[in-house]
Amino acid sequence: MHHPLARQLLFGAFAAFGVCAGALADGDRRAAATPVLPKYQQECAACHVAYPAGMLPAASWQRLANNLPRHFGTDASLDPATVAELSRWLSANAATYKRVREEPPEDRITRSAWFIRKHDEVPAAAWKRPAVKSAANCSACHGQADQGDFNESNVRIPR
Amino acid sequence: MNHPRSIQFLLAALFAGPCLLPQAQAATPAELLAGYSAQAGSAATPGRGQQFFTTRHGQDWSCSSCHGSVPTQPGKHASTGKAIGALAPTFNAERFTDAAKTEKWFRRNCNDVMGRECSAAEKADVLSWLISLKP
Repeated sequence: MHHPLARQLLFGAFAAFGVCAGALADGDRRAAATPVLPKYQQECAACHVAYPAGMLPAASWQRLANNLPRHFGTDASLDPATVAELSRWLSANAATYKRVREEPPEDRITRSAWFIRKHDEVPAAAWKRPAVKSAANCSACHGQADQGDFNESNVRIPR
Repeated sequence: MNHPRSIQFLLAALFAGPCLLPQAQAATPAELLAGYSAQAGSAATPGRGQQFFTTRHGQDWSCSSCHGSVPTQPGKHASTGKAIGALAPTFNAERFTDAAKTEKWFRRNCNDVMGRECSAAEKADVLSWLISLKP
């Protein structure tokens, strides 16, 4: 057990268990437990956190995938094969849970009724802080968002 | 007699094989620069690249809006706030090592910054400036 590799392996195993346990404990966000498609991570998470597929319904994902050259004000275009692969995976893992099933305005996760309700305790000024900048910047407060962990107990709102 | 050794070699080759295969479109920043310069038919000018990088071209953003005015340090996405790794290849070994990836980002980001694709000369100028940035 004093071998550095053994220690690393052990740490890795515990870390992996921790991530899974955290996601599963958060019952109403089953979506976070979905393993992320490597291509989704590679292509989409270059500019923003890898938003869990379960945070939007399939119809919203389809519109976003079909409109990547005009993606919320930026050109996020990809080759057709990659778009098809991402689109398939997003649709297969999209939200079906009743409160997430509705298509939010502009297909923005941050305008979903459930998102607004979940964040109603966050003061308006907090969203505008330079370290936060945008409601789309999940990682500013959800430190483990890039691993799909949005557990409330891990939230730290920057000052 | 030689069997155990040849089996070892075979096994080693089998496991190492995938690592030894050339990566798709693997390149060096210098090779990519040479390609763009050849396409442009003229030598790149780092100073012109810096000017291009740091000024706006009729749109809301310049390259610097996300990459910083001297991209030897991590930048920050202008709308999402996500951290972006340093762009200058000396400071980030991943940069400009894949021709397809380089083309993809030039295509998209030039469209955001210029409202059109960049010319080979513009890409060469910017890349020559980025390569010139040293600690």
